[in-house]
Amino acid sequence: MLELKPERLAFDDYQDQEISICGKLFRADMSGALYWPAENALIVADLHLEKGSSYARRGQLLPPYDTRETLNKLAAAIDRYDAATVIALGDSLHDIDAATRIGIEDLEILQIMQEDREWIWVTGNHDPHITERLGGHVVGDIVVEGITLRHEPHAGHMTHEIAGHLHPAAKISMHGYTLRRPCFVGNGRRLVLPAFGSYAGGLNILAEPFAPLFGLEGMQAWMLGQEGLYPVASRLLRED
Amino acid sequence: MPSAAKPASAPRSRAKPLTRGRVAASAPQRAKLRTKNEAEAAGTAKPASPAAAPPVELPEPFAGWFANRGWTPRAHQLALLEAARDRRSSLLIAPTGAGKTLAGFLPSLIDLAAKGGRRGNRAPGLHTLYISPLKALAEDVARNLTQPIAEMSLPIRTETRTGDTSIARKARQRRAPPHILMTTPEQLALLLSHPDSDALFAGLDTVILDEIHALAATKRGDLLSLDLARLRAINPDLRTVGLSATVARPTELRAFLVGQKSPQSHIELADLIHVGGGAEPHIEILELDETVPTVGHTSLYAIEEIYKAIEAHRLSLLFVNTRRQAELLFQDLWRNNEKSLPIGLHHGSLDAEQRRRVEAAMASGALRAVVATSTLDLGIDWGDVDLVIHVGAPKGASRFAQRIGRANHRFDEASKAVLVPSNRFEVLECRAAVEAAKAGAQDVTFTRPGALDVLAQHILGVACTGPFNANDLYAEVISASPYAGLSRATFDRVLGFVADGGYALKNYERFAKLKPTPDGLWRLTHPRFAQAYRMNAGTIVAEPLIKVRLIGKRSASRSTLMGGRVMGEVDEYFIEQLRPGEAFVLAGEVLRFEGMGENEAYVTRATARSPIIPAYNSGKFPLSTHLAERVRVMLADENAWSRLPTSVEDWLRLQQQRSAIPGRDELLIETFQRRNLHYLVTYPFEGRLAHQTLGMLLTRRLDRIGASPLGFVANDYGMALWTLGDLSALVADGKLSLEELFDQDMLGDDLDAWLAESNLMKRTFRHVALISGLVERRHPGREKSGRQIAVSTNLIYDVLRRHDPHHVLLEATWSDAATGLLDIARLGDFLRQIEGRIQHQPLDRVSPLSVPILLEIGREAVAGFAREELLREAAGLYASEQE
Repeated sequence: MLELKPERLAFDDYQDQEISICGKLFRADMSGALYWPAENALIVADLHLEKGSSYARRGQLLPPYDTRETLNKLAAAIDRYDAATVIALGDSLHDIDAATRIGIEDLEILQIMQEDREWIWVTGNHDPHITERLGGHVVGDIVVEGITLRHEPHAGHMTHEIAGHLHPAAKISMHGYTLRRPCFVGNGRRLVLPAFGSYAGGLNILAEPFAPLFGLEGMQAWMLGQEGLYPVASRLLRED
Repeated sequence: MPSAAKPASAPRSRAKPLTRGRVAASAPQRAKLRTKNEAEAAGTAKPASPAAAPPVELPEPFAGWFANRGWTPRAHQLALLEAARDRRSSLLIAPTGAGKTLAGFLPSLIDLAAKGGRRGNRAPGLHTLYISPLKALAEDVARNLTQPIAEMSLPIRTETRTGDTSIARKARQRRAPPHILMTTPEQLALLLSHPDSDALFAGLDTVILDEIHALAATKRGDLLSLDLARLRAINPDLRTVGLSATVARPTELRAFLVGQKSPQSHIELADLIHVGGGAEPHIEILELDETVPTVGHTSLYAIEEIYKAIEAHRLSLLFVNTRRQAELLFQDLWRNNEKSLPIGLHHGSLDAEQRRRVEAAMASGALRAVVATSTLDLGIDWGDVDLVIHVGAPKGASRFAQRIGRANHRFDEASKAVLVPSNRFEVLECRAAVEAAKAGAQDVTFTRPGALDVLAQHILGVACTGPFNANDLYAEVISASPYAGLSRATFDRVLGFVADGGYALKNYERFAKLKPTPDGLWRLTHPRFAQAYRMNAGTIVAEPLIKVRLIGKRSASRSTLMGGRVMGEVDEYFIEQLRPGEAFVLAGEVLRFEGMGENEAYVTRATARSPIIPAYNSGKFPLSTHLAERVRVMLADENAWSRLPTSVEDWLRLQQQRSAIPGRDELLIETFQRRNLHYLVTYPFEGRLAHQTLGMLLTRRLDRIGASPLGFVANDYGMALWTLGDLSALVADGKLSLEELFDQDMLGDDLDAWLAESNLMKRTFRHVALISGLVERRHPGREKSGRQIAVSTNLIYDVLRRHDPHHVLLEATWSDAATGLLDIARLGDFLRQIEGRIQHQPLDRVSPLSVPILLEIGREAVAGFAREELLREAAGLYASEQE
C-alpha cells in the first residue's frame, strides 16, 4: 500500500497551496492561515482564545496552554510570510469574558506580534465586542479589493467572500483507512477557512451547513496535515 | 462474635516470612489444579484432612434446612464459617457447582438470623454487601438467595442496587438499607460519595466479592480496592470474602481482600480456602480429515461436525473469540440447520433486550445451542449446558478453563468440551490448550500498579463526602493492595490534578475544585462538582458505540430516515468505514447501511448475497504467554508432528524443507522477494499486541537505514513487513545487521518517538481523560454521548504533550499503553531472550509457515503508520485528475 512517495508526485512542497477566489490569488498555509500576497496580509479564523479557561470556569480543568499554542502557531505563520497586516475573522475569543482571562505573558506575545503591523479583529458570534486591551482595530466586516472578509458566511450562493465560523473539516477513506482533518473549503468564488484555535473542533464539509453555500459541484477541499496542506479529490470525501 | 481459641486442625501460616494469612484447604486436595505459585503458598500450611472437620457446626434452622434437602455442609462452607467467627477475611477458590455463592453468604445469613432472633425483631442496618462485576449476576444471586431465606423464614431483607434501580428505590435504600445489598463496584463508589455514607456503612460486617478474578488487576478493580479501603476506614473490623472460579493469581487476590500495612514489611493476605476441581474435564479436539484452512478465523470446514455435536446434546454453548466470529458461525449454522434446531446468539453488540430473551430461553430449555462471546464467560447459571464447543483457539489457559466450566454446573460430573481449530496455527494452539487444561495450568498475570486516573476519580469522590485530611487519605489509599507502592509525591501530584489541574506552567487556582481550609483539610469548592462526579463516576469507558436502527425500505428512499427497531450497537470506527449501500451482519441478519442519523446508523434488511462482515474492534485476545510457550515446544518437537492432522503435518514438513522450523529458544527470520516487494517474516509467538509493537519499531528502524518499508502485519504467531529495499541483499552485503535491528534498545527512543504521534496514545489518553474527570462524559443538565465530548481529547493531548510533557495524566496514559496495548514488558523479555540467537533464512520464495501471516495483509489496516503518506497519495490522485 501507499507506494506513492512524495518524490514521485508532480509537486513535493506541500507547505502551502495556491487558491484563487474570483481571480485573486491567495496562498493557503498548512497552519490554517490564508496569505494574500497582493495585500501582504495574513487571514486567520476562529482562534477561540481562552477556550480552555472557559471550560475551567465550569469545572473542567483542561490544560491551560491552548492560548499559548494558538498564538505560537500564529506567530510562526506571520514570520513565514512576513505579513504587514493580520486579519482575524471573528470568534478570536471563545467568550465575552475571555479577554480578562488571557495571561500577562500571552498578552505580551500578542503585543509583540502587533508591533509594526496592522491588526484587524473582525467580530464574531463568540466575541461581539473586543476590548482595547487586545489592541488592533475592531470591525464588523471588511471589504478589500472587492473581496468581503467576514465571520459568518453569507447564506446562499455568494461570491467574493472569505469567511470562517463553520470550522470545516474533511474526512477521507483510502485503503480501509479513515482520516479526518480541518480543511479549507471553497469553489473558486468563495472560501471558508479552517478554525485556527488549538482547541477548536471541526464540522464535516458534507454536513448540512455547507451544501447551500457551495452547491455540490465544484466544491474543493484542502486538508491540513502535519507536514503540509493537501488538495483532495471530492470523490474521496466521506460523511461522518 | 468473640474469637475462640485457634483450633489445632487449622494451623496458621508461619513459614513464609513475607506473607501473612493462612491456607486452609478442603478436601479433596488436588495438586493438579494448582499453579506453581500457589502450590508454594499452599505448601506453607498443612491441609486439613477430610476427616477432621473444623469445629464449627451449622446452627438451626440451617442444619435442619440442609438435612431436609439431603445435603451435608461442605468442608469449604464450614471453613468460611470458621473464618467469619474469627473475623478473618478469606478467598474461596472453587469450581462452578461447588456451592460457592451459598458458602459466601452462609456466615452472614447465620449471623443475621441470630441477631434478628435475639432481639425479637429484625437486625437494623446494612450488614453485608455483595459486589459482582455484572449487574445480571447480582440479580441472579439475589434471586437464588431468596429461596433459603424464604424456606427458613429468616428475618432478612435483601435487595439489589444497579444502574437499573429506580431513583426512588435508591433513595429509600439509603434511608432504610436492606440487610444484604447486591450491587456493582460503580454503585458502591456512588454510595460512598454521599456525605452520610459513614452512617450507612458503620455497621457493615461483611463484603462478598464475587468473580473477583474478573475485577482485580483492572481499572474497575482499582476503584473497588480504593472503595474497600474506604469501607475499612469506616469500620476497621470489616471482613471480606472473595469468590473465584479460577486459581490464577491467588496471592494477588488474597492481598486485594485485606488492608495492607505501612511501612510494608510484608504483604497482608486473606486466608485461602481452596476446593479441588470436580471431575476431570473431558476435552476433544475436532480434527477432521478435511484440510484445515491455512488462514482465517472461521470453521466453515467443520460446520457439519459441529452441527452433529449440537444434535447429540441437550444444550451446547459455542464460544468464539470475537463478535465477528460469532456472527459468522451463527450464520453458517443456520445455513446448515436442516432440522431447524433452536439456535441463539449472544454477544455484547446485541441489544440488551435481545440478550435477555436469549438468556431466558436458555434457562427455560427452549434452546439447543447458543453462540456466544465473553459475555457468557462469568458464572451466571442460565441453563443445563452439557457441551461446550470452543470454535477457534481459546488464546489462554485460564479463559479456556473458565469456559469449559460452563458445561455442567453439577460439581461432580465431568465437563465436556470440543475444540475446533480454525486454521493450522490454531491446531497447534488447541493442542497446547488441551495439555494445559489437563495439567490444570493457569496463566499467571502479574500485578500492575493501581491506575492514577482511577485514583483521581476516587479522590474527588472522597471530597464529595466532606473535607478530608491528605495524610489520612494517603494512608488509606496505600492500604489498598494495588496502591501499596504509591509514593507520597505521586499521590500529591494526583491530588494537585484533582484540585486545580496540577499544571506545571500555569495554574487555575481561581477555578480550583478543591481548596485547603485554614485547618489543613481539602474541601470541595462548590456542590455542583459533587453532582458532576456522580454523573461521571465509574471506570468503564465505552469505545464510542453507534446504535443500529432498522428502518423500512420505503422510508430509506425518502430523504428523512425514520427510526424503527434498534438491532444493537457497533463501534463507531466500524460504521465510519461503511458507505451507504454496503452490507454487514449484526444480530444474525444481513443489513444494508443506509446512512447516519443523529448518533444512529440506519439500516434496512439487505438481500445481498455476500455480506461484508463487521470487523468489530472489541473482543480480540492476544495469545497468553503460557500457551505460546507450549506451542513453541510443540513445533520444535518433530516426533510429535505425526500426531497432528495430516494437512498440518505436511505443512510443517514442507516448511522444514524450504526454510526451517523455529527452534525453541531461537528466533527464525525469513527474508524473500515476492513480485516487486521484499518481505521479512518472523515468528516470535508472543501475541498480536507485542508483534504489532515490534512491527512499528522495525519499520521505523528500516526507514532510517533507507530500506523503504511500506507496511507490516501481525497476528498471534508472527509478524511480516515489506519493503522496497532488498533485505536479503542488504544483509548479505553487511549493510543490515539483523542482530542490531532486533536489539532491545528499540524500546527506548524509537518507542518514545513513535508513541508520541500514534493514534493509540490518543485513544488511551481519551480513556484516562474521562476516568480522571479531566473531561466529562455527562454534565449536569446536558447529557453527552461519546461523540460529543466538547473539546476533542486528541487536541488536548497534543497541547498537553507539548507544554507539560510530565503531567501526571500523560504518565497514566503511558503506563496504560505500555501494559494493556503494547505488551512492552513481554516484547522486552522476548528481545532479551533472543539476543545472539537469531536464525536467518534468505529464501527465494514464500515459505509455507509465512503464508497464514501474509494472508492477513489487507484484512487489517496498519495502524498509526503513514498518515501523511495517505494525504500525499490523496493529493497525488487529485493532481493526476487535474492533468
